[in-house]
Amino acid sequence: MDLIQIRGGNLVGHESDSQRTQYPYVTGTSVIGIKYKDGILIAADMGGSYGSTIRYKSVERIKPIGKHSLLGASGEISDFQEILRNLDELILYDNMWDDGNTLGPKEVHNYLTRMMYNRRNKFNPLWNSLVLGGVKNGQKYLGTVSMIGVHYEDNHVATGFGNHLAKPILRDEWHEDLSFEDGVRLLEKCMRVLLYRDRSAVNKLQIAKLTEEGVTVSPPYALKTHWEFNSFKNPTAGAEGSW
Amino acid sequence: MSSIGTGYDLSVTTFSPDGRVFQIEYAAKAVDNSGTVVAIRCKDGVVMGVEKLIVSKMMLPGSNRRIHSVHRHAGMAIAGLAADGRQIVARAKGEATSYESTYGESIPVKELAERVASYVHLCTLYWWLRPFGCGVIVGGYDREGPQLYMIEPSGISYRYFGAAIGKGKQAAKTEIEKLKLSEMSCREGIIEVAKIIYKLHDEAKDKAFELELSWVCDESNLQHQKVPDELLEEAKNAATAALEEMDAD
Repeated sequence: MDLIQIRGGNLVGHESDSQRTQYPYVTGTSVIGIKYKDGILIAADMGGSYGSTIRYKSVERIKPIGKHSLLGASGEISDFQEILRNLDELILYDNMWDDGNTLGPKEVHNYLTRMMYNRRNKFNPLWNSLVLGGVKNGQKYLGTVSMIGVHYEDNHVATGFGNHLAKPILRDEWHEDLSFEDGVRLLEKCMRVLLYRDRSAVNKLQIAKLTEEGVTVSPPYALKTHWEFNSFKNPTAGAEGSW
Repeated sequence: MSSIGTGYDLSVTTFSPDGRVFQIEYAAKAVDNSGTVVAIRCKDGVVMGVEKLIVSKMMLPGSNRRIHSVHRHAGMAIAGLAADGRQIVARAKGEATSYESTYGESIPVKELAERVASYVHLCTLYWWLRPFGCGVIVGGYDREGPQLYMIEPSGISYRYFGAAIGKGKQAAKTEIEKLKLSEMSCREGIIEVAKIIYKLHDEAKDKAFELELSWVCDESNLQHQKVPDELLEEAKNAATAALEEMDAD
């Protein structure tokens, strides 16, 4: 479709005036978030894929935002870094007011939604799916924003493959007031399934916890996996000559 | 100090025959009429204090802040016309964030002071702008350690160990000179600044005042912030005690 624009004498606008949807280059895979008794738990692995190559294996995809929120992102890593820069400035200006009030997770979630939706409207999206969780004044909050600005909040959210593989598990096994150990166990169960089935997953993950007291992002660790299935032994038993 | 600059004082773009720009000097007078601001550079940080004169009993304590954070590691205390001060603070915040955006690190305090001084000076060069009627003290902590700068309405900026502007600045400067700043920690510095402000507050001429104290030091994790409430109380008590001791003599 030709865009005919009248701008300072030019009847047809320059090609550079219209943006096309980009391609993501270095991407992170699923992020899963749940509410538990004391606050929020978010899990994400540390992989940064360059297409089908797992190029970077120490990418921190969960970051604390201010005092009350945690942000996890899947999708284009450079766009995530840009989002973090914007949020950093937002939080800085909020802190400088020094008036006893600080931006809570609900406000940050709304800000992110505006950012993502407005970029989408210009056909120049930030190629991320975000998970935003937080606790303020005892109220737990967990929400998500997609790259086109779709946003909602729920007791458990997931991005990317997590939507297909982790959500069913969460729907069955999540309940109100999970203990910390149960929450971690639930997240690890989901991450393990993703590790088996998502080819862009890596076995190095972090789980971040946010409560009224503050944020802790766990050091990276690996999940135990089980490959000793009988069907995996002697794979050529049923078909001689194959591999 | 005061002389009438009849005829040569109507515009900031006019020099007097003896080489003075009267409009700038008049702007400085606006600063001299405001509540005192005292700041000192201790060995581990900077402490800034303001004698905030309360104009009305209806005012909520804690409002009309005179000390503002400009970035995480630096703050500004204003003396003079409050509205002018707001503009300068807004500009300084902008400069600080744009520096960090471009260079990826917090703006060095020297750079911040230079940029703010430049901006203040700018407003003394054109006849359609008036000079800022406020003096600013910038206190910050960067790689070079804690630093203190003072910027006057003329756009002059110098680095100081201790600085004071406003009504009681002469008395304050005398007091500051008595202090051994190179050996003082910020904790002690808070008490000293409070004592100085309480001492030079003129009960007869001005009624009540509120003490605003801020610091940026190792203890505050290199962040510029209001002095924590317990330390503020401690400082106020020490200052009132010192006053009573003096009166008792």
